[in-house]
Amino acid sequence: MSISFTVNGETRSVELEGSTSLLEVLRNHLGLTGTRFGCGLEQCGSCMVLVDGEPMQACSRDMATVAGRSVTTIEGLSTKDSLHPLQQAFLDEQAGQCGYCLSGILISAKALLDRNPNPSRTEIVAALDRHLCRCGAHQRILKAVERAASAMRGRSR
Amino acid sequence: MTAPLPTSLVDNPRLDRWIRFLPDRTVRIATGKVEIGQGIVTALGQIAADELDLPYARVVVLSGNTDEGPDELYTSSSHSIEIGGSAVRLVCAEVRAKALERVALRLNCSPTDITVAEGRFIQNGVETGQDYWTVAGEIDLSQNVKGTTAPKATIAYAIVGQDIPRLDLPAKVSGAAFIHDVLEPGTLHARVLRQPNRGARLVSLDEAAIRRVAKGEFRILREANFVAFVGKEEGVVNAAAIAAEHHAEWDKVRRLTPEQQEAAWLKGQPSEDRPYGVPAPAMAPRNLVQATYSRPYVAHASLAPSCALAEYLDGHLTIQSHGQGMHPLRRNVAAALGIPIESITAKHLHGAGCYGHNGADDAAMDTALIAMRLPGERVRVRWRREEEFAFEPVGPAMLITLHVGLDELGYPADWTTEIWSPTHVQRPGSGGALLAAEALANPPAPAKPTDPPVERGGGATRNAIPLYDVPAHRILHHLTQNPPIRTSALRGLGALPNVFAIESMLDDLAARIGQDPLAYRLAILSDPRARRLLEQVAERCGWASRGTAGTGKGLGLGLAKYKNKSAYAAVVAAVTIDEEVRVERIWCVADAGVVVNPDGARNQLEGGIVQAISWTLKEQVRFDGQGISSRDWESYPILRFSEVPEMQVELVDGAGNPPLGIGECTCGPTAAAVGNAVAHALGARIHDMPFTRERVMKALL
Repeated sequence: MSISFTVNGETRSVELEGSTSLLEVLRNHLGLTGTRFGCGLEQCGSCMVLVDGEPMQACSRDMATVAGRSVTTIEGLSTKDSLHPLQQAFLDEQAGQCGYCLSGILISAKALLDRNPNPSRTEIVAALDRHLCRCGAHQRILKAVERAASAMRGRSR
Repeated sequence: MTAPLPTSLVDNPRLDRWIRFLPDRTVRIATGKVEIGQGIVTALGQIAADELDLPYARVVVLSGNTDEGPDELYTSSSHSIEIGGSAVRLVCAEVRAKALERVALRLNCSPTDITVAEGRFIQNGVETGQDYWTVAGEIDLSQNVKGTTAPKATIAYAIVGQDIPRLDLPAKVSGAAFIHDVLEPGTLHARVLRQPNRGARLVSLDEAAIRRVAKGEFRILREANFVAFVGKEEGVVNAAAIAAEHHAEWDKVRRLTPEQQEAAWLKGQPSEDRPYGVPAPAMAPRNLVQATYSRPYVAHASLAPSCALAEYLDGHLTIQSHGQGMHPLRRNVAAALGIPIESITAKHLHGAGCYGHNGADDAAMDTALIAMRLPGERVRVRWRREEEFAFEPVGPAMLITLHVGLDELGYPADWTTEIWSPTHVQRPGSGGALLAAEALANPPAPAKPTDPPVERGGGATRNAIPLYDVPAHRILHHLTQNPPIRTSALRGLGALPNVFAIESMLDDLAARIGQDPLAYRLAILSDPRARRLLEQVAERCGWASRGTAGTGKGLGLGLAKYKNKSAYAAVVAAVTIDEEVRVERIWCVADAGVVVNPDGARNQLEGGIVQAISWTLKEQVRFDGQGISSRDWESYPILRFSEVPEMQVELVDGAGNPPLGIGECTCGPTAAAVGNAVAHALGARIHDMPFTRERVMKALL
């Protein structure tokens, strides 16, 4: 079975036998390893990607359901020359410890800021509440998202 | 008298194990300590650059490499700055002095005429054209460190004390960082069918049934009670491992019961009784107050399941792992496989935060064992989520009874901390074994349980002695001999339960004489560094206006000096309770001596606080007949974004005191502060963690 979809703006096709998760295709077939395996049960948010702009967990999403759709992963956030303002803000706030949760969190944060450029703290918390962080970097992460939102609003003026 | 050398230098005396001048005009510092999200690589680079007078960018750090780096055992116990950092500083001081000697010879002057600016040598204010790299060839780094060159005075620190951004973070926000992501073409993926417990015997395995479920090509490696599924498609071998659980028949399987998951079960079990401190008084103290506290088994619960890579090529085994110590891993794998230690290289790659001894070493052994059977193949094992929860060693349950004899004023005169706990340290080679080795035909004999002695910081006994002025104190430690599950090191070992118990008791003793908990503590605390923190945190949180008890809102305090010899932390928690406990705010003031990287240190203090709140409010490993039954994030919930409090975290000026590790010092005080805040809010105390809704309701009855 051949499935075509768009990843980070490029059209890709994969040949698959039987049911395969989007996460396995991204990591093992396309070499996009920035999307993490955490639990395989949609409970931790480590594997969050955007599908047509909506945050979705890739670990148990059957590849067939994303045929023809557009997927954005952590690798699609930055350009060759510059980090996404969210990535820069996470560095500026030193928002992370081990960092394993960050790919997924950055993706959900991007989805939030794309639809709501000026979110309240409560809205940011709600957007990230599906994500687990075991190191306890939560407060720094929330501040980083606020910082990025502010930077992006400044830029778009 | 000179101070004794840090153990890291005693074990690795040759300078070239630590430092090399590279042709690209950088200095490579090697360390046995590894990055686990705590920023150690960044901090050690700061120490080296500072002592050598080099720009930070000229220092590169090689971490966790058995071929080239020093053996510093494990990255644990908040030792990396205290011991690893001191070692790096002494080495750099000595090499700097050797370089100055060489350049002075060349310039025919005295070393005291030379200063160092960004790695260049300056003679009486004039550039000499010489730098570290022009003389590097003349410095004999094969010599052993003497440790007699005095490092810089703390007042001269220039790079230490700066908020240098973490070196590892850029990769971690860009999706490229972890061992899990090393997926080179041709790699063979593997999964393991876990032996249910030590001694369990695989009676039969229905391989045909497994192949019917996991459609695709894979090999089944089977050796005694070890079974691995190996193939090119990760999804296929993963499906095979899941199917195998349903098609394997075992005997000698140990059955667990839900009663065993509770700390209370430990009392009455066979134990080795280990007294410490002054003998118990012949007669029970007058005005004896007793109370019992507990914490259940808790998981490290790393966000990523353990992973490892290995390749056996031309008689040499190379292992890549995210374990806490590469030299110990190499020794333990060599012993388990029965091959010479020289035929193994172990290298560290980043993994998710581990917070102690999790499945990392076991995954490395799985991978090594499979790679040895498949020479020339590159093998990758990644545990499944449920495998990590069910088979990683867990933090031990602890039951603590405090027996406190009071003086006529109501202050402690005689104090006994009585502890029931399984071992806190069961690392392979020191009390424990690698899981895969236990599944082989000749498994290592089970070791008699042991626990670190109080003098070495203690395990179950860590922080069991109050920091306060108590005339007579002792510990009675009942080390459980046959715990139901494998336990090992979890962030802070016994510090969290002990500090929770002691600080809970102090609040209740204060209440007995109608004294404010802060005033009660200050009345029996002579350590000036601790007093300063209490006073400062009280001011920050507005302790003076703390209201009456029983309103549903509470403010509580906790204090400890980690291991009774390391970093101090005072924490205040504000909670509200409406059936469930919600921690609204945290104030923390810590004293860790001179701080290498203040922002990195605050990050660690914050992380310790959040993890401690999570343990205190939510976490418990659960058992059923099949073993550990809490195998996902729904049955093992941790603190979420919507539950994490606002935090105000400060470090006081180090006043020239030696730098102390900070990763674990906030855990105990945080649990204690939450416990005391909950007692204040409810007007009744909860003695047992976690503070579930049921326990809140019960306390209110």
